[in-house]
Amino acid sequence: MRNKLIYFIFLTIAFTSMIQSCQNETSINFKRYYVNGKGLYEKNCQNCHGSDGKGLGTLYPPLTDSSYLNLKRNKLACIIRNGQTGTVRVNNIAYDGIMPGNQTLADIDIAQVIVYITNSFGNKQDFYDSEFAKNDLVKCK
Amino acid sequence: MKKVVLVAIASLIFQSCVNTSERKLPILGEREPVEKTVDGKLLIDTIYQTVPAFSYFNQDSIPVTNKDFDNKIYVTDFFFTSCNTICPIMHRNMLNVYTKFKGNPKVKFLSHTIDIKYDLPSKLKSYVSKLGIEGNQWEFVHGSRDSIFGIAAKSYLVSAFEDSADPQGLVHQGWFILVDTKKQLRGAYDGTKEDQVNQLMKDMELLLKEEFDNEE
Ligand code: HEC
Repeated sequence: MRNKLIYFIFLTIAFTSMIQSCQNETSINFKRYYVNGKGLYEKNCQNCHGSDGKGLGTLYPPLTDSSYLNLKRNKLACIIRNGQTGTVRVNNIAYDGIMPGNQTLADIDIAQVIVYITNSFGNKQDFYDSEFAKNDLVKCK
Repeated sequence: MKKVVLVAIASLIFQSCVNTSERKLPILGEREPVEKTVDGKLLIDTIYQTVPAFSYFNQDSIPVTNKDFDNKIYVTDFFFTSCNTICPIMHRNMLNVYTKFKGNPKVKFLSHTIDIKYDLPSKLKSYVSKLGIEGNQWEFVHGSRDSIFGIAAKSYLVSAFEDSADPQGLVHQGWFILVDTKKQLRGAYDGTKEDQVNQLMKDMELLLKEEFDNEE
């Protein structure tokens, strides 16, 4: 009986600490992705989309439309790698420009930029790691 | 003794204040001393480099010449509409300067495209409306290859050239040049740096005072 109790306590402790370390790992990963993503954004995106993500007139769209970013969540990696042309509606305003691709960014770089933009400028979305990016990038048209 | 030190410090502070309020912008570019006689006395005068006459077409396909800038100060730069490196930063910053002086009849803006082939006035027009600009306080101009590249290098001291090694084929510096009513260069600011653009706005106020204050 006593042995069983000790066994049970031990199991509970092991289990909770496992979950906790898992969580910590995601939050550490999240921070790492976010910080690296910020650096990559400043280097590759900020000139057009702005340090506040507000874009510029109707030349460059803002990255502040959370519902747009959420809707396109699985397309963002492709937009970043291959660029985009044609008309897009963001915050209900039409933009018709040319976004150049970023062929030199690796899958993990793209995932980091996505974590940064989807968690800045008033956006708050889930973690997105390089595995997600890899899966999404296979489906680029 | 203490008092003396205090007075000295106070006057120093006072002086430094006076100096900043009377600060005058330098005149940039080449200069040449010339002798002239006034009332029988020989004087040495300095002639500064000025921007020569020019004639371009703006975003509304209307001719724009140096005369449109007479009796005004203006800020000028070189860019092209498809430039995807420094131009968006430059024009985000220029837009702030423009907004600050919007409607001031003494201030104009002049952006030259260096993409002679593609940035025809109609292309400039679409760029301008996307930037959110109306009217002609800010002119976006298209000119011949020689006139644009020539005036950039010789008159505004901005380096701009065609380069087949560049991914976009065009290379240029991001300077904002401040020109006074005598068409003299009074300042050069890196249009991609926020602090320098803030300095430009302060210097424009200063230049407006210098040029127009005794008129009123
Ligand atoms: C040269 C300017 C430029 C750069 C650099 C640039 N973009 Fe864009 N971006 C655009 C334009 C223009 C569009 C709209 C394209 C269209 O009309 O289809 C756009 C659209 C987008 C969109 C979809 C619309 C929106 O606003 O949500 C996203 C997301 C985006 N860009 C993210 C990025 C990221 C991330 C980077 C950096 C890796 C980047 N962009 C770099 C110009 C740029």
